[in-house]
Amino acid sequence: MSAKKIVEPIVKGQFTYRDLPIGAMIPIPATSLEYKTGVWRTRQPKIDYGRCIKCLLCWVFCPDAAIKRLDDDSVKVDYEYCKGCGVCETVCPVKAISMEEV
Amino acid sequence: MSSQAIFYKTPKDLPREEWFASGHRLCAGCGAGIAARLVFKAIRGPTVVVNPTGCVEVSTSCYPYTAWKIPYVHVAFENAAAVASGIVEAMKILNKKRGKKLHDVIVFAGDGGTFDIGFQALSGALERGHNMLYICYDNEAYMNTGIQRSGATPIGAATTTSPAGKVIPGKQERKKDLIAIAVAHRIPYAATASISHPLDLVNKVRKALEIEGPKVLHVLAPCVPGWRYPPAETVRIARLAVETRYFPVYEVEYGRVRINIKVKEPKPLEEFLKMQGRFSHLLRPENAHVLEALKKAVEENWERLVKLEESGVTL
Repeated sequence: MSAKKIVEPIVKGQFTYRDLPIGAMIPIPATSLEYKTGVWRTRQPKIDYGRCIKCLLCWVFCPDAAIKRLDDDSVKVDYEYCKGCGVCETVCPVKAISMEEV
Repeated sequence: MSSQAIFYKTPKDLPREEWFASGHRLCAGCGAGIAARLVFKAIRGPTVVVNPTGCVEVSTSCYPYTAWKIPYVHVAFENAAAVASGIVEAMKILNKKRGKKLHDVIVFAGDGGTFDIGFQALSGALERGHNMLYICYDNEAYMNTGIQRSGATPIGAATTTSPAGKVIPGKQERKKDLIAIAVAHRIPYAATASISHPLDLVNKVRKALEIEGPKVLHVLAPCVPGWRYPPAETVRIARLAVETRYFPVYEVEYGRVRINIKVKEPKPLEEFLKMQGRFSHLLRPENAHVLEALKKAVEENWERLVKLEESGVTL
């Protein structure tokens, strides 16, 4: 079940607010994953893997959880959600992340 | 009673699991987003989040989207702590009937919902002594509705309801001391933390969860549009707030004060102020008296804490 399945029948007039769960409860966790905030950004981070020391600070500080921590503790930017704030660039101790125009 | 419990030693010890998912609509570079992610990395099992109105509420629970992977309750601005007390007590009964482990209850409120509007509910909950953790992410104004001044706004800061003009240079009153008020309720644990020191923050959350009784955590979370700085500087500004003694990071455990980050040689306060648009008027010569007042408030607060720590008195 996805977030769209909750709203679409309402938009189409198939059912009204009366058919929604009580208190407008959302019965599924983390439906926001369907809302791609990546379209917001004007700059995007690029990781220089040659310099990366796997300190994970960018992963810790990313407000959008858009930096993924892989199994070997290397990091990867998830461009579907990255809003391009540039926090990862400022916290990187070895300057392995640079922001570039989209 | 001064147990230096450390649950997470390096960033590698933090769990991979994200309880606060991507796709929320907080601003790019939001300090509250960093705080929320880190706080919920430190949970130890089944947890319920209670969130009053605020930035985090409006941006993470736009129907039918939710950024939460743990049970989440949104309540009115003024009664987050009261609702949390209800959940704690209801959970006790339910778990007694079903014989399951108790859930942790965490309130994640903004400074408006803590310092001003939700204050009486918080005070009541602390007095009744429910086993819950109240976390205030402090961005020092009502950012959600358009940067109005709150009880957490510091002296001299310009907001839309305390604008910096020729006659009145920003807010005139000093910031409320939330931790001192919380400690006055004789609660077992109260602490401040900054998002710039993530391990300190997650360890405090975890330590607080292990303690029985009401706990209060005050987390500094810079706000990009409200403090008026470029989004990439969030963590740097939060760190400067600690390094200039503007935001002391300390904890009060059973009345004993301990400063966790001892700033021996503070950086000049101007370094912190000049990065933010809300304080830009303070650096002009005609507003020197406001800058002095702010510096005095910062220095007094630090000296008070140092004295409390050195004397070892129980508050």
